[in-house]
Amino acid sequence: MSSTPNTIYREMPDARGHFGPYGGRFASETLMFALDQLTETYNTLKDDPEFIKEFDTDLAHYVGRPSPLYFAQHLTKKWGGADVYLKREDLNHTGAHKINNTIGQALLAKYTGKPRVIAETGAGQHGVATATVAARLGLECVVYMGADDIERQKLNVYRMKLLGAEVRAVTSGTRTLKDAMNEAMRDWVTRIDDTFYIIGTAAGPHPYPQLVRDFQSVIGREAKRQMADQTGDLPDALVACVGGGSNAIGLFYEFLPDTSVAIYGVEAGGDGVETGRHAAPLSVGKPGVLHGNRTYLMSDPDGQIQGTHSVSAGLDYPGVGPEHSWLKDMGRAQYVSVTDTEALDAFRELTLVEGIMPALESAHAMAYAKKLAVQMGPGKKIIVNLSGRGDKDIHTVAALDNIEI
Amino acid sequence: MNRIEKTLAALKADRRAALIPFITTGDPDTATTLALMHAMVASGADVIELGVPFSDPMADGPVIQLANERALKHHTSLHDVFEVVRQFREADQSTGVVIMGYLNPIEVMGYEIFVAAAKAAGVDGMITVDLPPEEAVTLTALLDEANILPIYLLTPTTSDARAQLILDQCKGYVYYVSLKGVTGSNQLDIHDVSQKLAHMRSMTDLPIAVGFGISNADTAAQVAAVADGVVVGSMLVNRINELSGQPTGTITADIGARIAEMRDAMDHAIKTH
Repeated sequence: MSSTPNTIYREMPDARGHFGPYGGRFASETLMFALDQLTETYNTLKDDPEFIKEFDTDLAHYVGRPSPLYFAQHLTKKWGGADVYLKREDLNHTGAHKINNTIGQALLAKYTGKPRVIAETGAGQHGVATATVAARLGLECVVYMGADDIERQKLNVYRMKLLGAEVRAVTSGTRTLKDAMNEAMRDWVTRIDDTFYIIGTAAGPHPYPQLVRDFQSVIGREAKRQMADQTGDLPDALVACVGGGSNAIGLFYEFLPDTSVAIYGVEAGGDGVETGRHAAPLSVGKPGVLHGNRTYLMSDPDGQIQGTHSVSAGLDYPGVGPEHSWLKDMGRAQYVSVTDTEALDAFRELTLVEGIMPALESAHAMAYAKKLAVQMGPGKKIIVNLSGRGDKDIHTVAALDNIEI
Repeated sequence: MNRIEKTLAALKADRRAALIPFITTGDPDTATTLALMHAMVASGADVIELGVPFSDPMADGPVIQLANERALKHHTSLHDVFEVVRQFREADQSTGVVIMGYLNPIEVMGYEIFVAAAKAAGVDGMITVDLPPEEAVTLTALLDEANILPIYLLTPTTSDARAQLILDQCKGYVYYVSLKGVTGSNQLDIHDVSQKLAHMRSMTDLPIAVGFGISNADTAAQVAAVADGVVVGSMLVNRINELSGQPTGTITADIGARIAEMRDAMDHAIKTH
């Protein structure tokens, strides 16, 4: 079952943030000082027993970790294929994996003494997670969110406001996650002295892809231990959705050296990658540079970033974390896509069969897991990262059913 | 010698500061951009910075963001920017042209094709906002061969060690960003700027141009007293937008008059360095 661990996957990124040709630090000069400072702070703190203890304590007592690894026996039976296990990140405080990272970065903000935090958000989960830690630590909090996303994620917008955050609507560009990130960067260069930028996904300039991965990798460490406890074995496959890719890298990282474990990242296929209306840069994009790192992107022949489409606001992003680009080129992970329709079917199926309502983002992972489970067949084991819960998406789903809530 | 180096050396001998206007290519259209370049030179501009439109201009404020959006509505591309420069060179062989933008269009075009096309068009320098020197090794080697100058930004947050690293890679002039923020931000603080420039001069012999926060002739004159060059962008871009729909001649006359006013104020400034 097991094979020789391949350590190369633990040696990334290099000192300047490169994952092979990807990653790096493609940022404007005003940000360089803050990025250097953050790298230094993180390198000092990441192995500091006090810092680790504080992080672990918060994860246990505030977030509610470890999150369960649930054997979805009803779904497994219905599908008639591999055993399906769900890593229940939806049960975390605030309802998604995003809180793992915001706890970590807010601790860094505390250690650097910055009184103000900013964040970008797509579906609102990262915004809520940031507003939550900011409320708890008494930090001023501004969240940038695309005007279109504000419309489709009203519930999360109100949650952030209740938590004391200011939500600023971004009306430039495509009015979604990428534009929110642009606006957060503009805020940051203007308020660099007193502001900590809590990036929500494993993208952005170095050191963000690394530190987001490190804070999220608790998901994979727990899952590996839980799988060993429950079955005495490694899983045969991992499945996670990929927008920027933070929940995916969080699950994958611990298993990268275990080459017997197949790894699948699921991108948002929207109306189908052949239609051009999707958000699947790893499936059909090309390498380029956006938001501080080199990675696979959806850009047109002139190098302009293309608009994306997905029913899921959290996956509606034209780039992806640089480590995923590298894992793709290395052949360590496979990146696939499922359509809006497939994701919505999976949303309903998991809700009806297991009584678990997934976020539309996580429903993409479920949709692919269904195909994979049948393909792999009985006796194999798949872990699906159930990265978030679906309450926030009820309005979207109801609207598709022509129901007004 | 590159056109930019020649121009800046001559101005230095004259104890005058360079006037470096920035406009976004293709806003409102490339024909107007070309007409504006000639009008600005006729009114006293020494070097021209041409913005290359990008869909995600992260370091720009609202004025230049919207100019990018307007230019992209009719798909102004790097190829179009080169075509404007090529046409400009048919009538003007001496004014330096710097193209300024973001890296992705260049990545997608490919470095070698990009540099060859830039050289053929008559581009003299480039500023790539999201390409720090550490990540620019491959591109810089190609630019060197083509005698296109890589120009870098220094900011109030740049440490001395980092400034030295940047200055070692920078050619033509170094662009000092006078404030923390995006383009089109508030007024700069002239006292701050002059102190910072005095310090930078201990580290480099390169001419120092100052930009961000210069929106009128008075500020331009104050900066000219302490710097080797004055970059003005958002104020012009904003005015070009206000004049949209007017005949090209009206736009060029208005912008030309503003450049002339700045030129005059700058030439009356008493050099303090």
